Amino acid sequence: MALLSKKDTGLLLDPLADNNPITIQVLGICSALAITAQLKASIVMAVSVMFVLAVGNVVISLMRNIIPSKIRIIVQLVVVAALVIIVDQVLKAFAYELSKTLSVFVGLIITNCIIMGRFEAFALGNGPYRSFLDGIGNAAGYGLILIIVGFFRELLGSGTLLGFKVLGDPIAKTGLYAIGYENNGFMLLSPMALIVVGIIIWVQRSRNSALIEEN
Amino acid sequence: MGLKEKLHGIKEDFKGKKMAPAFNALHTFLYTPNETTHNGSHIRAVDDLKRTMNTVIMALVPVLIWGIFNAGYQHYAAVDAANGIIREASLFGNFFTWDNFTMGAITVLPLVIVSYLVGLGVEFVFAVIKGHEVEEGYLVTGMLVPLIVPVDIPLWMLAVAVVFGVVIGKEVFGGTGMNILNPALTIRAFLFFAYPTWMSGDKVWVHGANAVVGTPDAISGETILGAYAQNSSVVYDFADKFFGFIPGSVGETSTFLIILGGLFLMFTKIASWRIIFSAIVGAAVMGLIFNGVVDQGWIAEGSKFYGLMSTPFWEHLIIGGIAFGIVYMATDPVSGAQTNKGKYWYGFLIGFLSIMIRVFNPAYPEGVFLAILLMNVFAPTIDHYVVQANVKKRMKRLKLKTA
Repeated sequence: MALLSKKDTGLLLDPLADNNPITIQVLGICSALAITAQLKASIVMAVSVMFVLAVGNVVISLMRNIIPSKIRIIVQLVVVAALVIIVDQVLKAFAYELSKTLSVFVGLIITNCIIMGRFEAFALGNGPYRSFLDGIGNAAGYGLILIIVGFFRELLGSGTLLGFKVLGDPIAKTGLYAIGYENNGFMLLSPMALIVVGIIIWVQRSRNSALIEEN
Repeated sequence: MGLKEKLHGIKEDFKGKKMAPAFNALHTFLYTPNETTHNGSHIRAVDDLKRTMNTVIMALVPVLIWGIFNAGYQHYAAVDAANGIIREASLFGNFFTWDNFTMGAITVLPLVIVSYLVGLGVEFVFAVIKGHEVEEGYLVTGMLVPLIVPVDIPLWMLAVAVVFGVVIGKEVFGGTGMNILNPALTIRAFLFFAYPTWMSGDKVWVHGANAVVGTPDAISGETILGAYAQNSSVVYDFADKFFGFIPGSVGETSTFLIILGGLFLMFTKIASWRIIFSAIVGAAVMGLIFNGVVDQGWIAEGSKFYGLMSTPFWEHLIIGGIAFGIVYMATDPVSGAQTNKGKYWYGFLIGFLSIMIRVFNPAYPEGVFLAILLMNVFAPTIDHYVVQANVKKRMKRLKLKTA
């Protein structure tokens, strides 16, 4: 590992598990509930957030010494807004159907707590290269949970994965449906996303007891 | 050597081993209470958790037996109706018959068995992992679950829902006595939102209705609430509704037996009369408000709410699952309000909201399970304000004294 020092590797990998933005810091929950009914939307959302967070972190990090601290939130918002508009326009141009599914939630990346959180907590105090790694790492941790939740919700709720009917056809009654299986409509409702995230947190904490807070 | 000694021997053999709780469960289930007081005892009473549970089960048995006969009766009545024969219900003429019993037994008993096997299985697994004793909490839940689902619910769906309800509704909060939601209602809510086609409509309440949809033998099994929500009239008279010769979830049809069970539970002080009483008042008040709205002519006859709104308030109490919900579910001592004053509010709001949801959302033909789950969530808040009000009152008294 000549490219990455041990510390830098930590920046990339810690947010995937023990410092996961969703399951440990409990940030970015809203979008995890809203758009994970389909795996495809989850993946696109994860990639979009990764772009915004990585580039935004670098930009903020480059400007960190010239931003007056009193107006830094406004400056951060301008940076995020600009990046989100780029993502939104690209999606509209190249994946119109998908951008309609994601609807307002692309725009709402601005309000994703993870982004402002990383700007404040990391980019303002670190160099651009490390900020970039931090952005990638946190967005990957966020995306990982989104994809896990999206996987289970689409598989159990619609019986498909990325649109492919992996469990058979519910109308023609093939595959699993032939023996009486039915899709679980509850999985498509947002509360179930919360429960799935809760189960992930549960599994994670029971595997690593260091994560359990003392009360 | 009797069974008791044998079980005790097994218990001793497995002491300290991983599987111990599973074997101890059998022993405690049959012979000894789960937990005995270790320190000086404060209250001496014979009613431990197990006695409480068993009393509720006893109150549920008549309802279950009625449910079995009724499942068969409704099936044959619907088949007759499809052939143009209208049945007149008579208790010993065509209700308590061997045919009804066997037909009911083969549809209802599998629900009971699946509910208990799966639910107790989950409890065993958790007991072994966590190393505590198996708790009796599932005894009542396992009996309630088959009584609040339609007869024709597929067994695998019931199994999935029971796993969900026991794990998410109870075990994640720490097991019996720690749950914030009623596990049986969590199971029903899961089924309702996950598989709505099997939990509502007019094809699931009578055994066999789903299998013959679209064929010349098609039979109808609409519930009374479903019919009212469609603004159509029903053929059942008061006695049918009150004694329970109507289609519906397995155990909720006979208001008469539920009242008997409720009196029994109130007499044995297992269920809180405050909750039951105020819930009935709450439902009646909401029903009267709706009746008033209809009497004033504020709502057009063609409105989609008209059917249920114009239902007399007392009839709301005997149709649907509200009586069952109030007597057996709202009175759950764990998830309900704990303070006496809080119980009045808790019960009142359950009754009030049940009728409101029932009338205003025809997609949810029965509102009582949603109302109880909602109030389960609010019960600690109600208790908090009751306690705070009491603290405030006493502070005032203290000030008066010292001033």
